[in-house]
Amino acid sequence: MTLHKAVHRKLDIVNGRVDMSHGAGGRAMGQLIADIFHAALDNPLLRQANDQAAFDVPGGRMAMTTDGYVVWPLFFPGGDIGSLSVHGTINDLAMAGAKPLYLSASFIIEEGFPLADLERIARSMGEASRRAGVPVVTGDTKVVERGKADGVFISTAGVGLIPPGLNLSGDLARPGDVVLVSGTIGDHGVAVMSKRDNLEFETEILSDSAALHELTAAMVVAADGGLKLMRDPTRGGLAATLNEIAHQSKVGVRIKEAAIPIRPQVAAACELLGLDPLNVANEGKLVAVVEQGKAQAVLDTMKAHPLGGDAAIIGEIIADDHHFVQMVTVFGGGRMVDWLAGEQLPRIC
Amino acid sequence: MCLAIPTRVVELLPGQMAKVSLDGVIKIVSLALVDDVQTGDYVILHVGYALTKIDEDEALKTLELLREAGVAAE
Amino acid sequence: MKHVDEYRDGDLAKAIAATIAAEAVRPSYRFMEFCGGHTHAIARYGIEDLLPPSIRMIHGPGCPVCVLPIGRIDEAIALVKTHPEVTLCTYADLMRVPASKGQSLLRAKADGADIRMVYSTLDAIEIAKAEPNRHVVFMAIGFETTTPPTAMAVRMAEKLGLTNFSILCNHVLTPSAIGAILDTDADGVKLDGFVGPAHVSVVIGTDPYKPYAQKYQKPVVVTGFEPLDVLQAVLMLVRQVNQGRHQVENQYMRAVTSAGNVKAQKEVGALFELRESFEWRGLGSIPYSALKLRKEFERFDAERRFGVTPVSASDNPACECGIILRGLKRPADCRLFGTACTPDTPMGSCMVSSEGACAAHWTYGRFRQLEQAS
Repeated sequence: MTLHKAVHRKLDIVNGRVDMSHGAGGRAMGQLIADIFHAALDNPLLRQANDQAAFDVPGGRMAMTTDGYVVWPLFFPGGDIGSLSVHGTINDLAMAGAKPLYLSASFIIEEGFPLADLERIARSMGEASRRAGVPVVTGDTKVVERGKADGVFISTAGVGLIPPGLNLSGDLARPGDVVLVSGTIGDHGVAVMSKRDNLEFETEILSDSAALHELTAAMVVAADGGLKLMRDPTRGGLAATLNEIAHQSKVGVRIKEAAIPIRPQVAAACELLGLDPLNVANEGKLVAVVEQGKAQAVLDTMKAHPLGGDAAIIGEIIADDHHFVQMVTVFGGGRMVDWLAGEQLPRIC
Repeated sequence: MCLAIPTRVVELLPGQMAKVSLDGVIKIVSLALVDDVQTGDYVILHVGYALTKIDEDEALKTLELLREAGVAAE
Repeated sequence: MKHVDEYRDGDLAKAIAATIAAEAVRPSYRFMEFCGGHTHAIARYGIEDLLPPSIRMIHGPGCPVCVLPIGRIDEAIALVKTHPEVTLCTYADLMRVPASKGQSLLRAKADGADIRMVYSTLDAIEIAKAEPNRHVVFMAIGFETTTPPTAMAVRMAEKLGLTNFSILCNHVLTPSAIGAILDTDADGVKLDGFVGPAHVSVVIGTDPYKPYAQKYQKPVVVTGFEPLDVLQAVLMLVRQVNQGRHQVENQYMRAVTSAGNVKAQKEVGALFELRESFEWRGLGSIPYSALKLRKEFERFDAERRFGVTPVSASDNPACECGIILRGLKRPADCRLFGTACTPDTPMGSCMVSSEGACAAHWTYGRFRQLEQAS
């Protein structure tokens, strides 16, 4: 009697869909993980295929972060939920001045999700991860019933190493410090909104989603001890970030509207939609607060880096018991920059 | 409910529609409320409809008046 | 952006402000900017910083979200809840406005009601076409600027033979509101003139303001939306007051004519007629101040189709939106401002609509007030 060799049917990535068996922990799930995730994210630690990745830790202070990614639509000009989940978590580490070491990724997939889309997302993550030099070393997959997830939700966590002696924190801004931004604002939010229902229009605006760790490393060196904090203005935009800093450091912030870099098309898109670019999300930009004496050196370093070409000094930290963020408008008048109450809804009025 | 913005007509479309551009951002809007619109015209856009054409001559006159207002104090 | 950037020139602004300061020789000038869009522009660009202290800008009720009585939102929410086949389409501005019992369209949506934000009535028609098993009700609000797009949507629904489209009509009229404010001004703020709405006037022209300028002897300057437009209008108003004139002048000549957009007016006239009376938040009932669909189009009127029962809801007794809308008090004068009432927890429309006087003051003006106080 001969034992028939089991036919290994490849995943039908072209037409296939995720079903509940892919989350059940059995052979189907193993195949999904191998054919899609391991194929795209491949690296030595991941290849071990254990429930955890084990690695030596160089001595020192570590940073750890996690984020969930629920962006809709999943694919947008300049990126997708996959590359976003890699860049975003790397950036949270980079804002502490940390060198990102490893990422983990957990996927919650909706029953019926096309395998072609899942593969596209995994590939995008793999590319982002390789370009940044930060591998995804462990992961998890779950499948939920139709309607219980928007296609796919991704959660990534990351660990990194903080250089000895570096202590950046949101409560370290002091009057006299300079506020810098690394480039144009509003790109990501507008790129995403341009794809959504009811707000569709053709633009050339691409999401700025990018990994900032090499830029931040250069900035730390150039600041030579004068760097107080860095933060990436994601949800809530520049307005939210500046207000957070003001409240944490118990100071005021004064910025100049004319100094804030913004692409004309992004400004135009915001006008059309009745949005304030200060409230629109960014995924490849950072705000830095630097001691006055070191600000120019940091700015020069930023501008010399491909991700900081449009960097600019936009304002300063001032003493203010109310912790307001004030802006001198292009018109010469003054206004406050508040953080948003709830979700930003486009104005018609 | 007055938020409206001047946009340039870049292409006329069937069904009284048109593509308008604001600094390269393109939107498809309705021209049903305005007559005689040509490509290159500027229209005021409000909730997806063009409300009127911008009169370039009047615009120039307004800018001139603004400049005059700026020197009157001297 | 052409026809936009030229009117945002900061240097020219300072120069015009100097002219205004030189000519504003009287101790006090009080001008009301009727339109919410002007309130927003004044706040966003910090225009009040450039004006001499003798000139006070008073924020009027030209924000259709602000003057919509809570009851109308209650009615809309009740409609979606009792009719699960209804998809309510609305402009984004209305989503967070507080209605009765802590409700709002946003909360009702979270509770499961099919409420969708649209940018244009064209979007609402597309939904009706694409989803024939849903009945699309469009929440039509706005002054005369926004009424023609609603009219075109009803026309399109008629042309396409759509049986699953109707509107909840809350369109209101500007001249009536101006009249109501001027009627009560005798014991009020003592206005010296109006900055007239920009895009309402694109549609209705400047002629409709003439009877009011004559009767109440107040100048009206119809003004564009950009900050330099507003500054020029202030200068024109100062000059009229100084010279004892009370004319209707047109600053927004590049877009407004005396007759307005006649085609748009004809479309609106063909589909709508005046309601005998309509309740305005803060201003009470004003006769012939709002529109409803004509009988021939009643199949497109959600109120009649669904038998919507009128809800009369009163404001929180401590809320001073009504008084602030008439310019009788400033946002900071309201007890609730900054305490119970903030953009996160709005008690009334003045705070939740970004054009409302209170939201504008909160977002842009608070620090100025505190600076002056300290």
